[in-house]
Amino acid sequence: MVGLVIVSHCIEIAQGIRKLASQMTPEPVPIAIAAGTNDGRLGTNAEQVTRAINEVYSSEGVIILFDLGSALMSTELAVECLPEEQQKNVVILDAAIVEGAITAVVEISLNKNLKEIKDVLKDLSINKMN
Amino acid sequence: MSLTSNQTILLLKEIGKTLEEHKTLLTELDGAIGDGDHGINMNKGFTAVTKKLDDIQTEDIGHILKTVGMTLVSNVGGASGPLYGTAFMKAAVVVAGKNEIDLHDFVKIMEEAVEGIKMRGKAVPGDKTMLDALEPAYNTLYQAVEENQPIEDILKKVKDAALQGVQYTEKIAAKKGRASYLGERSIGHQDPGAVSSYLILDTIYKTIRNIKD
Ligand SMILES: [Mg+2]
Repeated sequence: MVGLVIVSHCIEIAQGIRKLASQMTPEPVPIAIAAGTNDGRLGTNAEQVTRAINEVYSSEGVIILFDLGSALMSTELAVECLPEEQQKNVVILDAAIVEGAITAVVEISLNKNLKEIKDVLKDLSINKMN
Repeated sequence: MSLTSNQTILLLKEIGKTLEEHKTLLTELDGAIGDGDHGINMNKGFTAVTKKLDDIQTEDIGHILKTVGMTLVSNVGGASGPLYGTAFMKAAVVVAGKNEIDLHDFVKIMEEAVEGIKMRGKAVPGDKTMLDALEPAYNTLYQAVEENQPIEDILKKVKDAALQGVQYTEKIAAKKGRASYLGERSIGHQDPGAVSSYLILDTIYKTIRNIKD
């Protein structure tokens, strides 16, 4: 199964999205969150993203959705620091985070592969990677 | 003139002190147009850096800068974590294995730092970010070193160029970062990231002037 990582500035946002998305499937889907700073403030950090990726990683791949700004920078930094053979299985997508997470969970629960899920989520892009 | 490993560590700790002294200023600037955490973030990051440097066991300046970068990445919550973190980690590569660095190394360090920040933040000059201070500072540095000017003059011009960049950010609207959501409302405020970059360059100037004397 493909894994999903939610990166947000705010732990409640990430937890809420995980809760909402999990509702879409009776079978649990691997979802990990990276949110807030280590000392519990709003923000993101690459270390936490790395931990979240490892939590749900398999060779089938991982999809990462992020909220805004530094969430993308921390995510890109984390992915660059992964071993090379893992990097190609990890994709960062700029879908609207709530809709993207719900859609990703549905697709993952249908056992779609990384490429198929990526294609579906493309339609939900809000162009926040430039 | 060149800097030894110990002097480099001293300089990095001085930067930490400067950022601590200006914590409130940076947070207020960020509060006006962002999320109000830049001072706290930079102070947290560099406090962790200073602690790491207290018991670092290497003379390799590349290793020292890499440690700074990695510490910033894991201890700063905002965009400045990945941005300054990437800057230091990229800069580390060009001085790897060196126990002493000179002005020519500093040119390479700044070049890599600015490139790293551009790569990470995908910003360009004029977006109202730290690049508006750093890019003119780098250009000034490059030019002045080519002309073989005295080190104190060079570093003074560099920090002055950064300060001009800071003042420029006051006149433009933000196109990157949280402030970009405010659009025109961000005009009239200095970019906090540009200010912290200026403070770092100003500390480099002052510290090296003191070491030299
Ligand atoms: Mg901020």
